[in-house]
Amino acid sequence: MKERILKNKNSSILNVRGLTVSLNREKIICNLSFELKRGEVLTILGPNGAGKTVLLKTLLGMFPYEGKIEWAKGIKIGYVPQRVSFVKDFPISIKEFFELKTKNEKEIKELLRLIGFDETFLNKSLNQISSGQYQRILIAFALIGNPDVLLFDEPTTGIDISGEETIYQLLERLKKEKNLTILLVTHDLSIVFKFSDYVICLNKCPLCQGKPTEVLSPENLSKLYGQEIRFYEHYHGH
Amino acid sequence: MDINFFSILISGIFVGGVAGYLGSLMLSRKMTIIVDPLSHLALPGVALALIFQKDVSLGAFFFLFFGAILIWFLEQKTKLPTETIIAILFSVSLAVTFLFLSEHEIEEALIGDISKIGKIESLITVLISLFVFFLVQRIYPKLTLISISEDLARAEKIDLKKYQFLYLLSISAVVALGVKFVGGLLVAGLTALPAASARNLAKGLNEYKKLAIFFGVISAFFGIFLSKTTGILPAFLIIFVSAFFFFISLIIRSFKK
Repeated sequence: MKERILKNKNSSILNVRGLTVSLNREKIICNLSFELKRGEVLTILGPNGAGKTVLLKTLLGMFPYEGKIEWAKGIKIGYVPQRVSFVKDFPISIKEFFELKTKNEKEIKELLRLIGFDETFLNKSLNQISSGQYQRILIAFALIGNPDVLLFDEPTTGIDISGEETIYQLLERLKKEKNLTILLVTHDLSIVFKFSDYVICLNKCPLCQGKPTEVLSPENLSKLYGQEIRFYEHYHGH
Repeated sequence: MDINFFSILISGIFVGGVAGYLGSLMLSRKMTIIVDPLSHLALPGVALALIFQKDVSLGAFFFLFFGAILIWFLEQKTKLPTETIIAILFSVSLAVTFLFLSEHEIEEALIGDISKIGKIESLITVLISLFVFFLVQRIYPKLTLISISEDLARAEKIDLKKYQFLYLLSISAVVALGVKFVGGLLVAGLTALPAASARNLAKGLNEYKKLAIFFGVISAFFGIFLSKTTGILPAFLIIFVSAFFFFISLIIRSFKK
């Protein structure tokens, strides 16, 4: 078992061993172990209710757990949560939203450029943008402070097909430009093949893990998704 | 201008401004309505202060703070909805207040009495207003982020309980100050109306905050000034002036669209 933390390029950023999370006496995640390496894209794949969001929040220290979660020393984490609703109750511009986290105007402008918007976008109201644009803004927000690793909860939610492509192209680019390690959770199988180096199939307990092309067999997907498998078998066949 | 009136006016301007400022934060956290029942929780404190001839704000503050913690405690222990707990405490507070006070004192508790504000009280009010202003300024960005997404705030390692406690402390202080000017019945208007007017006109967060303070200040100023010339109680006039500005802001907003 590899439990060492190294500082070179392929070193471990996160080491999780025997992680079990129970909320209100119900077991949400059982006995999960994995390692996240620097520069890697790791996807946690699973159906709705599989404990994916709880896993991310536990890694961020929001829930109590049993087992071991060990982040490498000095690692900075950025987090893009699922379902952040539009701000309707009070006016706030995109610039002011960023300023809740940093006053560094140069960094704000740079991040805005990085996610593909020009400076005029800063004065737009946060509730006047599309859901796809909002997700990019949340990515930029997570990137403030130059994190080493990005935790991303369900990147596709609420985005149309063309928007979806762009978000992944964007993530690819960010990974290269910012030297990011990415841990994302999703129920969408197509993302795993396009984008991930490593996949963990999770439905409360881990069902399989490894390189996507090696572990995502129809049998494993059947175990993971149960009745939904017909769609995925079809997809996997392509 | 006599010194007593000047003291009242200065105190009113500071309380109006800080109430508007805090109100803007409360509106963004969908909590403007909580001031109403909270202000009634202050009433037994006002009653005690009147009986023992102490400053009403002092009595109000302790009861408010105690009441707010009691709400939080009962919520944790009984799992009853907050509205139910507030309703219970609210009616008990009113019953206790009316049991011990004379008719004149009840009127003072409900709609305020600024005639007792002298130089010292004015100075204390200004100092407390400034303290609350800086406290609100400090907690504003974090609470705004919490309003947008608790998950985002937690990921930024923001201590939610600490900020909610400081927020409750600010509300208690502003209601305690406001009770003196407009009484327990109308204090919700002091926070909600300027914030709502600002919301109608502002494009961004900074403008929204500044406008809420501005509407709070001018409502208190004109309310107290008009009270001097007409003899009508300032409690009503401050709220009427504020409501008038709210109405104007609605018209401007409709033209903008």
